[in-house]
Amino acid sequence: MAPRRLTWRIGEVAETSPQTPRTKSLFLDVPDWEGHRAGQHVDVRLTAEDGYQAQRSYSIASAPEDGRVELLVERLDDGEVSPYLTDELRAGDGLELRGPIGGWFAWEAREGGPLLLVAGGSGIAPLMAMIRHHKAAGSETPVRLLFSSRSYDEVIFREELESLAAENNALRITHTLTRSTPPNWTGYARRIDEDMLGEVAFSPEERPLAFVCGPTPLVETVATALVGLGHDPVRVKTERFGPTGG
Amino acid sequence: MGRGFFSRGFRGRRRHTEGDARIPPGQYLVDGFPVLSAGPTPRTPLSEWSFTIRGEVDEPKSLSWEEFSALPSEEITRDIHCVTKWSKLGTTWEGVSIDTLLEGVDTAAEYVVAFCDGGYTTNLPLEDLTGGRAWIAHTYEGEPLAPEHGGPARLLVPHLYFWKSAKWVRGLKLVGVDEPGFWESLGYHNYGDPWREQRYWGD
Repeated sequence: MAPRRLTWRIGEVAETSPQTPRTKSLFLDVPDWEGHRAGQHVDVRLTAEDGYQAQRSYSIASAPEDGRVELLVERLDDGEVSPYLTDELRAGDGLELRGPIGGWFAWEAREGGPLLLVAGGSGIAPLMAMIRHHKAAGSETPVRLLFSSRSYDEVIFREELESLAAENNALRITHTLTRSTPPNWTGYARRIDEDMLGEVAFSPEERPLAFVCGPTPLVETVATALVGLGHDPVRVKTERFGPTGG
Repeated sequence: MGRGFFSRGFRGRRRHTEGDARIPPGQYLVDGFPVLSAGPTPRTPLSEWSFTIRGEVDEPKSLSWEEFSALPSEEITRDIHCVTKWSKLGTTWEGVSIDTLLEGVDTAAEYVVAFCDGGYTTNLPLEDLTGGRAWIAHTYEGEPLAPEHGGPARLLVPHLYFWKSAKWVRGLKLVGVDEPGFWESLGYHNYGDPWREQRYWGD
């Protein structure tokens, strides 16, 4: 990666699409977007008419191969930026951003795997970019996703994940629901723990490349458990969404 | 780019408190203490912990946890600023000043690479670590520093973005030529002054 300046530019909101009761996807047309690596994020900057500004970071959920940049936004009730993005922003509006940012928590198909993805809630966003990239690149790398959500209705990208897994034997998806389960739910219904990872994850001998993204307690638990199971800490990459994402 | 642009319908939530002047551009205040790190939290037993000063020095120096703990500690209250945009005001730490750790160390080096458990590194000019501006902190808000926040000890350089305050620090390598560290090699600014909003390469 050669040093280059990350300039602010204005993307146009092409479309917005609710994902779950608390999350929404923003699809942006960004002029001269030079592409990104799956897992990277952008900085978004809002400017009020009097010049007041607020910035936040959002993961890119779209694959590098997709034409539009998709950002997944979780509405935080006491947030300053996310309620604007989910409630006010609409197609045709401009959104100022710069990126892509972050060269560590990123995956390209040629890096291989196997790939172990562990997500909590909106932490799915950068991992979704990897899953979509896996498909777009025609990768045969085995991928396993363990996805923790509060309830069935709050499983972000649920239908797309189901259809991706149905059409691709290399992708295996396991859900766990931590607060409530629908009738006849036979899947996991607790927070992710070492036992669950032992059942779902590749074995340490298979040397998976692991990406873990979610709230801090989930990331701490998962990363510690993976190391405890014998996985190489160097192959466990983490990204955390604190309670303060705004 | 962006000159004259505003976000339709955005008003923002301004606080207008006396803390405003302490918040660098692009930052916002938090009350909690978010955790950020690139991988699993290392857990080195104190019996195996040491702090080493090496590189371009006349004689490398290594301290055990007991030796480190016996050095005079200072209480430090400072604002901290993370490149991911949160700032936290008035955090209180205890730690050993880098000035104290460098006593008796002869060097012509102008740069430092801090190295850590887990392989993390970060680079800084030596002058940013001396003169009462940096510490090896072992206590946060009166409690031993928790592992997820960098315990048993982390570098504390509050005048730079907080990734420079390397967690799980195990020593300093003094060097004549600046060597970009972990995040500095991955697109983040080499120096990281929050007041000049030096987040990324080219800022």
